[in-house]
Amino acid sequence: MPAPTYSDGLLCQILRDTRVIAVVGASPNWNRPSYFAMKYLQGKGYRTIPVNPSAVGEEILGEKVYATLADIPERVDIVNIFRRSETVGSIVDDAITIGAKVVWMQLGVRNPEAAARAEAAGLTVVMNHCVKIEYGRLHGELGWSGINSGIISSKRRNVEVR
Amino acid sequence: MNRNEKPRGYGFETLAIHAGASPEPVTGARSTPIFQTTSYVFNDADHAASLFNLQTFGYIYSRLTNPTVAVLEERIASLEGGRGAVAAASGHAAQLLAFFTLLEPGDEFLASRNLYGGSVTQFTHAFKRFGWNCHFVDPRDPGDFRKALTTRCKAIFIENLANPGGIVVDMEPIAAIAHEAGLPLIVDNTLATPYLCRPFDWGADIVIHSMTKFLSGHGTSMGGAVVESGRFDWARFGKFPGLTEPDPAYHGLNFFETFGDFGFTMKTRAVGLRDLGPAMAPMNAFLILTGIETLPLRMDRHVANAQRVAEFLEAHPAVSWVSYAGLPSSPYRSLARKYLPKGAGAVLTFGVKGGFEAGVRVVETVELISHLANIGDTRSLIIHPASTTHRQLTDEQRIASGAGPEVVRLSVGLETADDIIADLDQALAKTKT
Repeated sequence: MPAPTYSDGLLCQILRDTRVIAVVGASPNWNRPSYFAMKYLQGKGYRTIPVNPSAVGEEILGEKVYATLADIPERVDIVNIFRRSETVGSIVDDAITIGAKVVWMQLGVRNPEAAARAEAAGLTVVMNHCVKIEYGRLHGELGWSGINSGIISSKRRNVEVR
Repeated sequence: MNRNEKPRGYGFETLAIHAGASPEPVTGARSTPIFQTTSYVFNDADHAASLFNLQTFGYIYSRLTNPTVAVLEERIASLEGGRGAVAAASGHAAQLLAFFTLLEPGDEFLASRNLYGGSVTQFTHAFKRFGWNCHFVDPRDPGDFRKALTTRCKAIFIENLANPGGIVVDMEPIAAIAHEAGLPLIVDNTLATPYLCRPFDWGADIVIHSMTKFLSGHGTSMGGAVVESGRFDWARFGKFPGLTEPDPAYHGLNFFETFGDFGFTMKTRAVGLRDLGPAMAPMNAFLILTGIETLPLRMDRHVANAQRVAEFLEAHPAVSWVSYAGLPSSPYRSLARKYLPKGAGAVLTFGVKGGFEAGVRVVETVELISHLANIGDTRSLIIHPASTTHRQLTDEQRIASGAGPEVVRLSVGLETADDIIADLDQALAKTKT
């Protein structure tokens, strides 16, 4: 198993301090990873706002689609990027402009230059990880599919009351 | 938690007891409960749909996932240093699942010729009916794998410590040959267990287990596992469209893109287990989990007893040869030092003077050691492969896989070593007629 890049403490803190996640590259197709992540994160109580210029005028999972990050009329905590690595630069610059706290690039998405700009502007950056998978791992759900969470604990988890 | 903490790795013994098994959250049960249920209630229709679409984590039906089995899957993934695992009803089922995820009809793969006889039969006959063709390679010269590669090859398969016994395969160069060709190396780690050897440390990409053997360790339960390293780039050479392109078997889902370094595991479960159906029973998972908790202690004793038994047999006048990589006389001694520094396992073979008849005589006259077709039990086990496990093979295949007419296979158990030795001694005495 590859060594973890980000500490569990950092990822837990990001997920705990977040309410609104802008999903750049959000797809209206149910079988795309961005749709998976939005649906899952909505179920965990996060507000997810889709950003996709080619789907403006539509709704994804009940949320209005915006063309750019700058069009979103409310505060965004995480900018979650589902776009090819080479197209990430301007999205990260927009994330800095709108005052997002975290730039989070999806599995397979890496852009160290853009990440350095975001970090210099005081943002936290996570690359090449899936928010859904990390949330599931840190909350004891990933192991349900036989995936190695890397977490050892003798503590009883809180059970969600629905 | 401090945001800058460095993740600290736990030791093997700790992982063998704890990995995957936090206390059960509702009751606080500390031992992993046996979730003897087929199905799980949905919160509502949307939750059900999300689960079927793999959009959320959770349980649907125990053919796919079960909470007891999931603890075992995470445990074995952790012990192997892997990313994820799928448990199956048996080691044979695990092999079928792994190849079902990788191969299309018309595809081929290479396999070491030194395999468990049942695997040779599965690869030769059953797999042919899926349209998969296996080419067997003598593993002693790793370069022979390169020579045997074809354009339709999708994987190389070996047993690192081969059954029936005593043969250690040089994994590292074979992994390099596989990777040069853009293929994953699949290693059956059943005889070594991750306590003696972790194939991912030597370049393997997928590990297969028959958990029926040393992992379970008590001869109680059938079980298999497919473990993924998380390091193989399935997209790089375009050889695995089933993982890297929209999958018609799952409504156009792209497993590698969606699940990244555990995409192979997800597809093996969501398509392989779903469609072929060889799920592990939760009771078996519980028994195997309990076995794994003492794996390090048991393996230390297994290899210590095996070493003593091998030395006794080598000095016995009724024995013509002993194949155990822990012996100084073994041609595999240096490979064993490299790959198996804690011991060369507990399965060995020996030749009895007097051929087929003498081999049969030994297995029929032991009194403590059990004559049966298994390995990796607390009890010492013995078999004559030529008349049993390797019976379906041709004479040539039997000799090639180390199961000639005079060969006896021994799985050395955890009894008092002197008692195992005394039993063999009295049985060998009866071969001199």
